[in-house]
Amino acid sequence: MEEYNLTIDRIHIKNIHIMDRRNFLRAVALGGAAFAIKDTDAMSIMTQSFAADGRIATKYDLVAVMGGEPEVMFRKAIAEMGGMGKFIKKGDKVVVKPNIGWDKAPELAANTNPKLVAEIIKQCFSAGAKEVTVFDHTCDDWRKCYKNSGIEAAAKAAGAKVVPADQSSYYKPVSIPEGKKLTKAQIHEAIVNCDKWINVPILKNHGGAQLTMSMKNYMGIVWDRGYFHANDLQQCIADVCTYEKRPVLNVVDAYRMMKTSGPRGKNESDVVLTKGLFLSQDIVAVDTAAANFFNQVREMPLSKVGHLAKAQELKLGTMNLDALKIKKIKL
Amino acid sequence: MLKKFRIGFSLTLFVLINLFFLDFTGFLSLGFHQLGSIQFVPALLALNIDVLVVLLVLSFVFGRVYCSFICPMGVYQDVVAWLSKKFTKKKKYTFSKAKTILRWSVLGATVISFVFGFNFLVGLLDPYGAYGRIVTHIFRPAYMAGNNLLEYIFSHFDNYTFYKVGIYGLGVLSTLIALATLAGIGLLAWRNGRTYCNTLCPVGTLLGFISRYSIFRVQFDDDKCNSCGLCTMRCKASCINSKEKKVDYSRCVTCFNCVEACNRDAMHYTFRKPARQKTGTPANGTVDESKRRFLSATVVTAVAATSLMAQKAKNITGRTEIKRKLPIVPPGGINVENLQDKCVSCHLCVSKCPSHVIKPAFTEYGLGGMMQPRLYFDHGFCNYDCTVCSDVCPSKALQPLTTEQKHQTQLGQVQFIKHNCIVYTDETNCGACSEHCPTQAVHMVPYKGALTIPETDVSICVGCGGCEYVCPAKPHKAIYVEGLQAHNTIKFKKEKQEEIKINDFGF
Repeated sequence: MEEYNLTIDRIHIKNIHIMDRRNFLRAVALGGAAFAIKDTDAMSIMTQSFAADGRIATKYDLVAVMGGEPEVMFRKAIAEMGGMGKFIKKGDKVVVKPNIGWDKAPELAANTNPKLVAEIIKQCFSAGAKEVTVFDHTCDDWRKCYKNSGIEAAAKAAGAKVVPADQSSYYKPVSIPEGKKLTKAQIHEAIVNCDKWINVPILKNHGGAQLTMSMKNYMGIVWDRGYFHANDLQQCIADVCTYEKRPVLNVVDAYRMMKTSGPRGKNESDVVLTKGLFLSQDIVAVDTAAANFFNQVREMPLSKVGHLAKAQELKLGTMNLDALKIKKIKL
Repeated sequence: MLKKFRIGFSLTLFVLINLFFLDFTGFLSLGFHQLGSIQFVPALLALNIDVLVVLLVLSFVFGRVYCSFICPMGVYQDVVAWLSKKFTKKKKYTFSKAKTILRWSVLGATVISFVFGFNFLVGLLDPYGAYGRIVTHIFRPAYMAGNNLLEYIFSHFDNYTFYKVGIYGLGVLSTLIALATLAGIGLLAWRNGRTYCNTLCPVGTLLGFISRYSIFRVQFDDDKCNSCGLCTMRCKASCINSKEKKVDYSRCVTCFNCVEACNRDAMHYTFRKPARQKTGTPANGTVDESKRRFLSATVVTAVAATSLMAQKAKNITGRTEIKRKLPIVPPGGINVENLQDKCVSCHLCVSKCPSHVIKPAFTEYGLGGMMQPRLYFDHGFCNYDCTVCSDVCPSKALQPLTTEQKHQTQLGQVQFIKHNCIVYTDETNCGACSEHCPTQAVHMVPYKGALTIPETDVSICVGCGGCEYVCPAKPHKAIYVEGLQAHNTIKFKKEKQEEIKINDFGF
């Protein structure tokens, strides 16, 4: 714990330096006007309304779809939830956060399906979103990941802004008061500055966390992932999900599923074409559903996926699917 | 006319070669690495016979056109000399005597040290390699910082044309050498033009030897010339003696400045005229004969040595203070010997590596291998599908690999230190190493309860360093890649794709 505090202090100091430099450069390069812009930025963050506490009332708590193409399954699912308009309002600045962690083609199921990402972006714009931003803190070289996952091209074609996340200067320090092991983190400015964000992970096996789904996808919005691994990974995953700005929707892509060697995967032999999709505001429920789905391909008891129970304990949602209104659709 | 052609041609090549080193966006196709392959020393070390023959024949026919048209260090000096003229309006060059002993001693020392396996001098003095290091270590960080400034300004206006790039230190030694080269050769060029080319540069000495006998050359028209000295004043190689109406062809870099400078049209670039025997030359002639024999022998030795080197077994044990006993040779490097024999330390691979994992060695390869590339995993790890370094290497020190060959190349072997591992020390999940492993040479196996702990299979480890880079254990990492004396080829077992169908949601 002692050591952790030291690290965070250092990060703070670093940030203060960065801010100083930033302000100085801004003064030189852009003149006084930039300060005004910065001020309004800060204001908008303070006055923002968060969907964190009250979930939006919908007919179903969770929608599960099987047997279609990614974009078709999403259209079905979101319609059952009452349409994208329920979650995204006119003028919203939206972030769509897929998993783009690896320099892999869509067929290898290491990254979220680009067709799904594009469909979500389109629907955000149809619902009146002012802008949609896409990013991920990748593991492989971000330019290769963005390109070879097919997500950059698909997202840009759908009108989204695709921004990098490979430098610490893109991240802003936030506090996570409800966290047990993780009480501070640096979160990508796109998330910090947005009005709404949609979490779009892909369901995969994961050597460390056992499974990677919606909650694990949060590790792509933070800078210092090493801290998670070094300080009880499962607890940190649950902790980071208590960050005040929660996603308005979690969409788990299970169109292709990496059953083994995850999260990177070796080759096609790790991949199963399962054609599934799960949608919910409840991040624990949607991950529990996805984990059950995974369990049919390869044994994965929920107890092994430690962050599920830990998140439930933090009141992030429920693992008790029986208590929820679930719509299952087979196409 | 000839001068304009020279300037246009050389500047185009120079700009392109600089841009290729600087470009980190992939804007310039990798095919531009040919600009490095056509350089003399890389071609010599790669035994790239086509290029060598062309360059040698060019020198024999036209003189040292390599030095004026192709060599980036030559053009760099021309640019500096040109700039110096902007500051000192009445700049004049004067004829100076050839530094024959110095030139041949340097060439001799370079060749001899190379034959004995000490390749540092070749890397240090090769003008292309030296210039490459200047771009990599001095210009490139500046270029990237400029990019970052632009990104900063543009992103404020919601324009994402630019993206930030990380700028990392690449080792003190190489950076200092690059700085010294830039400043030293720059200063010489500012004062006296092509001093480096005609004193230290081994390529200049060698090609100068050939160009003495070149078919085309700049020559005085004795009838028109009044020995006014304009040509001498403009000769940046200081090789024209206008009083005696003689040109030292071993130093002339065929820049054509003299041809253009002459008011009386008394300087021509034409077929070699039959030598006019002047008083005093016979003595020189005899000296030349013996020198000629010695020098041709040297050239032959130099070329032959490269092929011999390939067979010579050398035992390099880079002893370092870090835990790694052997440095990791970059992909395509085959083994330490191959790398050492062929690398000119131009650092094109260092510049081009998108993952920032290639760094010049200090003494990890021994003294002779200083500045040669090695892998390190402080800022990233070697991308499984990437073959950029071996694609661009101009001297075949890193031999081209297909993606498939790259997948099967073992650069190093994973070493797991269990008692450093977080799963062992903290009894919490981690798995970051296995997460990054492209072949699952590091995979997670059941440990206590729901915990899994890394297990390694060195036989399928590619040595990419993903595990080492990402391992969060502090203060000592629990997993790292140990280097190899020679790369291995991995044989993967064929895996069958299971037919799995699911028809239900599972809940």
